[in-house]
Amino acid sequence: MSAFYALLKRDLRLAYRQGSAVTLTLAFFIIAVTLFPLGVGPELAVLARIGPGVLWVGALLSCLLTLDRLYQADYEDGTLEQLMKGPLPLELMVLAKVAAHWISSVLPLILIAPVLAITFNIVADGIWVLVLSLLIGSPVLSLIGSIGAALTVAMRRGGVLLSLMILPLYIPVLIFGVAAVEAAISLLAISPHLMLLGGLTLGALVLCPFASAAALRLAVE
Amino acid sequence: MAIDLHRYANPARFLRIMGAIFPWVAISTAVLLIAGLYLGLFVSPEDYQQGDTVRIMFIHVPAAWMALSIYTMMAISSAVGLIWKHPVADLSAKAAAPIGACFTFLALVTGALWGQPMWGTYWVWDARLTSVLILFFLYLGYMAIWESFDDPSKAAKAAAILVLVGVINIPIIKFSVDWWNTLHQPASVATMDGPKIHSSILIPLLVMAAAYMSLFMSLFIVRVKSEILARRLRLLQMNKLQE
Repeated sequence: MSAFYALLKRDLRLAYRQGSAVTLTLAFFIIAVTLFPLGVGPELAVLARIGPGVLWVGALLSCLLTLDRLYQADYEDGTLEQLMKGPLPLELMVLAKVAAHWISSVLPLILIAPVLAITFNIVADGIWVLVLSLLIGSPVLSLIGSIGAALTVAMRRGGVLLSLMILPLYIPVLIFGVAAVEAAISLLAISPHLMLLGGLTLGALVLCPFASAAALRLAVE
Repeated sequence: MAIDLHRYANPARFLRIMGAIFPWVAISTAVLLIAGLYLGLFVSPEDYQQGDTVRIMFIHVPAAWMALSIYTMMAISSAVGLIWKHPVADLSAKAAAPIGACFTFLALVTGALWGQPMWGTYWVWDARLTSVLILFFLYLGYMAIWESFDDPSKAAKAAAILVLVGVINIPIIKFSVDWWNTLHQPASVATMDGPKIHSSILIPLLVMAAAYMSLFMSLFIVRVKSEILARRLRLLQMNKLQE
């Protein structure tokens, strides 16, 4: 387990010291979300209606920005091969890297989301549920994304292919995430949606490391 | 050379069997397609509400069935390819993908054309339509990943992983009309209580389904054959370069 934490800490420290990736992702998220009020017009009723969906889609696309670098830097300088020779099972290594990715590039998006939600005129209850649904559902984004990142790690222009492969698989998370917020806004029960999101996260937590590890073995062999 | 013989022993037998089957499926495709279209477009009664537009069903429903079955078949043969390293299994998944994508596209387009007179709109974002659209994207992603590797054996494995991840979508599509209350009607042929539609419509539908199946078989045989021959040609060229 100490190897797991060591890898997690290393990846977090790398993300923290490089810094630019986190700020760029945040900036992209804010700008992409800001474009919508300019595009569809500033009526508050319309914004409140589309707000949850826009924030979820924004988070999803911003997450995609950093995914293609998930394994790539380690693959290019040979660290990945060394890690695979180490004592840590590859599946756990994937989990450590996914956890580091989630903490370093998805968690900041969730923290800034309430502020953006206020500008979208979403009611207070909706904002809390939005944060909650992002917290529960967004690990799926990193987990499924890790499969795509592993499959495209050896490619020169993997980014486009990554989005083509991964975005269709993100759709269920998006649907239930937005449904939870909309249920909260219209004062309906939110727990079914959150439970489904939780189910997706747990399922992905079990299955994705295996698929991702298989893809990494393929890239390195 | 011994390794080569070992590797191509199975594909050779596969080619021989496929060569023997091919004329029969080709003939049955022609017969069933003509019979199914005639039964569907001329013999079967028109619907008391939908009129002649109901005949779109004979194109639409079997195409949707094929879209799901071909993806399932690709998933099974990809799993076989991953587990037993069977080269023909990988090739057959690759060969089936574009055919499956075409059937999915056909189901989407005919569904849209049928939706316009019946529902008043070409497209609604309900569970069944959306999940079939996702299936179409999965087919495209699968084909894209085959193209983006130089080494075919690596491409086969990467594509197999992707197809097995995407297989989660298949039960979602199948049961979307039962789980969610959608505009698309629930299953009415393959239900627990037997088919819910009258035999005058059911029989042309099943004939069309059989026609699509044998159409798939004949296209599939041609494509797998050419894949195997292309791979063999590549090997011969590489051997020649090495000499």
